[in-house]
Amino acid sequence: MKRNLLKELLSRPLGLTCFIILSIFYLSAIFAPFIAPYTTSEQNLKKTFHPPTGLIWKKGGWHVKIYENVDSTAAKYEYVQGNYAPIRFFAKGYPYKFLGLIPSERHLFQVDEDNKIYLLGSDSTGRDTFSRLLYGSRISLSIGLIGISITMIMGFVVGGLSGYYGGKLDFFAMRIVEFLMAIPGLYLLLALRSALAPYFDSAQMYFVIVIILAIIGWAGTARIIRGMSLSIRSRQFVLASESMGQSSFKILFRHILPNLTSYLLVAATLSIPGYILGEAALSFLGLGIQEPSASWGLMLSQAQNMKVFMLNFWWLLTPGLAIFITVIAFNVLGDTLRDIVDPKMKV
Amino acid sequence: MEETEQILLEAKDLEITFHGRDEKTEAVRGISFSLKDGKVLAIVGESGSGKSVTALSLTRLLPEPPTCTVSGKVELMGKNLLTISKKEIRQVRGKEIAYIFQEPSTSLNPVFSIGYQIAEAIKLHLPKVKNIQKRVVDSLRRVGIRDPEKRYKDYPHQLSGGMQQRVMIAMALACEPRILVADEPTTALDVTIQKQIMDLLKELKENLGMSIILITHNFGIIADFADDVIVMFRGQIVESGSVNSVLNNPQHPYTKALLACIPQIGKKQDRLTTIDYAQLDA
Repeated sequence: MKRNLLKELLSRPLGLTCFIILSIFYLSAIFAPFIAPYTTSEQNLKKTFHPPTGLIWKKGGWHVKIYENVDSTAAKYEYVQGNYAPIRFFAKGYPYKFLGLIPSERHLFQVDEDNKIYLLGSDSTGRDTFSRLLYGSRISLSIGLIGISITMIMGFVVGGLSGYYGGKLDFFAMRIVEFLMAIPGLYLLLALRSALAPYFDSAQMYFVIVIILAIIGWAGTARIIRGMSLSIRSRQFVLASESMGQSSFKILFRHILPNLTSYLLVAATLSIPGYILGEAALSFLGLGIQEPSASWGLMLSQAQNMKVFMLNFWWLLTPGLAIFITVIAFNVLGDTLRDIVDPKMKV
Repeated sequence: MEETEQILLEAKDLEITFHGRDEKTEAVRGISFSLKDGKVLAIVGESGSGKSVTALSLTRLLPEPPTCTVSGKVELMGKNLLTISKKEIRQVRGKEIAYIFQEPSTSLNPVFSIGYQIAEAIKLHLPKVKNIQKRVVDSLRRVGIRDPEKRYKDYPHQLSGGMQQRVMIAMALACEPRILVADEPTTALDVTIQKQIMDLLKELKENLGMSIILITHNFGIIADFADDVIVMFRGQIVESGSVNSVLNNPQHPYTKALLACIPQIGKKQDRLTTIDYAQLDA
């Protein structure tokens, strides 16, 4: 079934494109320290709000243009003709741990000395937007995956079992679900986040946020899965399986779950953007990821500056574009996957 | 030649009641019947008479109490199937008693290939068996599916109704049960396929020595295939006996009325005969 999935995806260009885009995003997140020329906190107060540095091809290699600050009050930079610095590929830079395990100093590209390569410009303290975007993607993208994993697993376990067994289990489970759904999610999130703030540092806070989002999110999924489980359970192939002596547990996983796949896939791919946007909103409000870490939401909140619009520092809004692309890609991919998984559409 | 007629399965005073919120429905009101080894017992009756429910109750496939309560005794090889533990009844299901149902298209899981589903049936009761694929292909061939090597990868919706029913039969037989319960196996199929399936069942019965409980409302099939018959009406057995005696010499007015309803080729009728229930209740 898995081999078929890949083959089917290859024959659907739109879905395939989205899959590739998302793969690139996630791979970049994994290899962020390698790809990013700078860390998230490397400041340069002489080069604040620097526009993206252009690249030129000279003397058989890529070079980065060097700019000069012509107006320090308005952060205007101009290219000084003839001034450029070579870009070194696979060069040594700041140390990091490759995949968190292997120490390394190699980066995809670096420039020497005081020159900076800002592929997407710099922010108010001269930090490279591109690097922060990459490091931020680690948080923003992974929150979605972790969040839906928790939500789907809890939703399936509670919803699937309730729908299949019915009776008291179903009754109490659904009352709990309804209770959870009645709690205003956003306020709970803000309240918990504020209450727990002194106890966790930024990295741990990340997990706290994910867990809170998942706890709020799973209830709705559970209820829907329960309804579907109930309807699948009354289909005759479940009776046929029971009549052969199959155990309830195996029936749940072998018959009910696969028939839920279509819904779960679409629900998952539609929920991931929700988590990403949720984290972005939280960080935007200052309640999510804090400095000096980076996340797309945090970067957007820092772009909330009149200067950005008046002086056209468009590059500071690229996290918004990243979120936008990610959300659309997930939606289209989810749709495509659902088409593939539905066996009736197999010709 | 003397035939020892051993009773394989015996149901005594079977009562099945469904409990709704304010009311209850007595689907089966105290029936007793027995299935003889190697023979075919037909259960005939109109819709709602309690035939399917009776069949399902044999291996406790009906909803649990309090929704549905079953009382009485169903004896198979010395055990009362209604009172043995959950684990034991699961071992009876499939291995001793297997089912085939009316709608083959819904009896198969749409997301798995037919080969996978037959393999599941085999693995359930013969966990140590090797070379499952060969067994699956063999079982498909045994029920008359052509090119089984290619077809076992097919999905249920790619098969016609007749073939789906054959796959169902293959699944039921995968564990080589002693008793096959067929709940209106051909009602959803057209007449020519019906004959093929019934011939298949006959052949399999001969080869495997199975006993069959056949639920149907088609007297033609009964006459051709069954040895004994019980006639059910509103949850009770109104007549039972060998097929010959019941069909040729019906005693109960309901049986007579049922038989009179069968349209005959060649006999001219302006209106089809129907059953006058008022007269039966009297």
